[in-house]
Amino acid sequence: MAALTPISRKPMSLVLPTVAAAGGFFGLFIGTSNGSGIMGVLIGALMAVVGAVLYIFVLKNEKLGKGLTIALYGALGFWFGGLAAAIVGLLYGWFIQWFSYWLYEGRYRARLLPYLTPGQVLWHYSFRVICGAIFTFLITPILVVMPLSFNAQDFFTFTPEMLRLDPAGYSLKHYQDFFTNNEWQRSFKNSLIIAPIATVISVSLGTLAAIGLSQSHVPGRRAIMAIMISPMIVPLIISATGMFFFYSDIGNWLEGTLGMNKTFVGYVKVVLAHAVLGIPFVIITVTATLVGFDRSLTRAAANMGANPVTTFFRVQMPLILPGVISGGLFAFITSFDEVVVVLFVGSASQKTLPWQMFTGLREQISPTILAVATILVGISILLLATVELLRRRSERLRGMSPS
Amino acid sequence: MKTKLTALAVTTALVAPAAMAQEMTIVSWGGAYSKSQLKAYHEPYSAKSGVTIINDDSSAEAVAKLRAMNEAGNVTWDVVDVVASDAMRLCDEGLAMEIDADTQLAAAPDGTSASEDFGDLLVSDCFIPQIVYSTTFGYRTDLVGDTAPSTICDVFDTDAYPGKRSLEKRPINNMEWALLCDGVAKADVYDVLATPEGQDKALAKLDTIKDDVIWWSAGADTPQLLADGEVVMGSTYNGRLFSVIEEQKQPVAMLWDAQVFDLDGWIIPAGLSDERKAQALDYIMFATDTQRLADQAKYISYGPARKSSAPLVGKHAELGIDMAPHMPTDPNNAQNTFLYNYEFWADYRDDIDAKFQAWLAK
Repeated sequence: MAALTPISRKPMSLVLPTVAAAGGFFGLFIGTSNGSGIMGVLIGALMAVVGAVLYIFVLKNEKLGKGLTIALYGALGFWFGGLAAAIVGLLYGWFIQWFSYWLYEGRYRARLLPYLTPGQVLWHYSFRVICGAIFTFLITPILVVMPLSFNAQDFFTFTPEMLRLDPAGYSLKHYQDFFTNNEWQRSFKNSLIIAPIATVISVSLGTLAAIGLSQSHVPGRRAIMAIMISPMIVPLIISATGMFFFYSDIGNWLEGTLGMNKTFVGYVKVVLAHAVLGIPFVIITVTATLVGFDRSLTRAAANMGANPVTTFFRVQMPLILPGVISGGLFAFITSFDEVVVVLFVGSASQKTLPWQMFTGLREQISPTILAVATILVGISILLLATVELLRRRSERLRGMSPS
Repeated sequence: MKTKLTALAVTTALVAPAAMAQEMTIVSWGGAYSKSQLKAYHEPYSAKSGVTIINDDSSAEAVAKLRAMNEAGNVTWDVVDVVASDAMRLCDEGLAMEIDADTQLAAAPDGTSASEDFGDLLVSDCFIPQIVYSTTFGYRTDLVGDTAPSTICDVFDTDAYPGKRSLEKRPINNMEWALLCDGVAKADVYDVLATPEGQDKALAKLDTIKDDVIWWSAGADTPQLLADGEVVMGSTYNGRLFSVIEEQKQPVAMLWDAQVFDLDGWIIPAGLSDERKAQALDYIMFATDTQRLADQAKYISYGPARKSSAPLVGKHAELGIDMAPHMPTDPNNAQNTFLYNYEFWADYRDDIDAKFQAWLAK
């Protein structure tokens, strides 16, 4: 909290318009949801300005101003929209009061370098606001589904009970549905079977391909590379149509000539199709790590008498492992999220989670989809966090600083 | 060597059940409708025969997928639930198997032959009717003011009932309703619609509410929009509205006026192996008998397609309310119905579709 720059109070010509803009911005949302955006902007701006004038000229006491503002906005929120709105009101009251003083006292200048021009100060904060806005736009759609998944009704609707934070408006029944419904359980199981196997295949083949393609003596390696990563570039629907006909023939042969079980063949087809989709991700990440790999290490290993396989597993693999793991993670997510190819190639016994969510959305808009989405978001976060922790740990063990 | 043995053992284990496991893939519409079939048909059939039934909710793309499967020589479906018009198309293209109602379907308990029991609902040689449903309007009771809408033309009356309406994004039904409300007599609707002037007339009527329409394409859309209060009224299948009103307890009511009757039922894809064909026929014989069709009505408010099933329709399995008054076939509901003309739409669908899409984009 060391202040870099001495601060001084700012004139009203700066404080009031800025506070009004902030108030108007929040008012826009409240106003829009109540019918009139313009009224919201005006009322929000007016209230913010009146508040600022009151703090500065009448109350002259920051603590008292804070308490009063928070209480006022909280009460307003409660009066208009119940408990949830009251919480929003409390937060907003705290913010607008803090914001007014922050501007008026010139506190925004305190932690910046003294020689910055006003333009640079403005940009410093605009930049942060823009970053915050981008982050909000990215994350809000994901966060919105989470409370909806606890809806007590079977619709994608914030009911009045939910907005009042009434416990009766919430329930775990959609989670219960996911865990007890056969269709959901089977598709979840299918996803858990298909995605890991497809990942293992893509990681093995993709890593080998990347190592081969990074050798300078391979003829036409750019062309081969382009072909190998084409599933990532070609529109998925085209790959899917092609795969449908290609794997139908293979499947017929496996079933007809080799007499394999129909369900088993179905899994083989989907796993192979997903492995093909995952390979480009592995190739790209592993190729990127191989750029930093010192080739003299493999020569040194050969010099010591290690055969190429030993060299690969003992020398090269540990060093390119981060690339392999992140490639594998992408391959896993590709398969786990994939809906187009599996719709074409799979039959109903290979129905995966995304497929079930897709048909669920189309035929029956049920919040069970949201419950599943919430669970999947949780799994994804856990997965990424685990991999990141493991990676840091292994780097620490090998004496590197985590990057 | 050891790993090879394990691999071999795993492969054998996976290959071996081929002969034993009896599985059927049955394609349907998903949601509450599939659930009603699960309870009324699949579960009793599995218990009786030991066959595992796998659901594929792909009826919406059934025609396109069956074409592709047929082309690839890899038909993975055993029995498919489609609307009557799709069944006719599939039958014409040779993608569905022809069924002889009297020998391949169960007779009514009193001995009436299946063809007589289904009557004129057997609209195609490949089609085994299952339910009668209607497309009709639901409205929000709390958003329509003091006088609730009572006729289909209230949909076109934006002065009396301001707010959005949801209509299906296709000409079928909408064009007929528009003409009815533009003063065309019910008997003349299809004659008028066959002329370009008549089609323009229908579109002109739809034009009057175009700005207030939200177009839907999935059966679940209108229930969601009604529950949200985003529309004041909207068209959808009567079973969906029943679920919104009775099961979900939403402030919604149903308009039984000029609702369009349609049929839904089974087909068996052409080109199945003899073993699978026999299995599919066995299932169809079981699932379309008098009792089974009546049982389905315990779970969803669609009318059974057999005449002999109607007296057996009982109470809702979970709510315990009488299902008969909720059936589209109930005399009170069927006072002013509109009969969907399959032949007309088979002949004019492509032309009117193009016109409708162009009008939508305008």
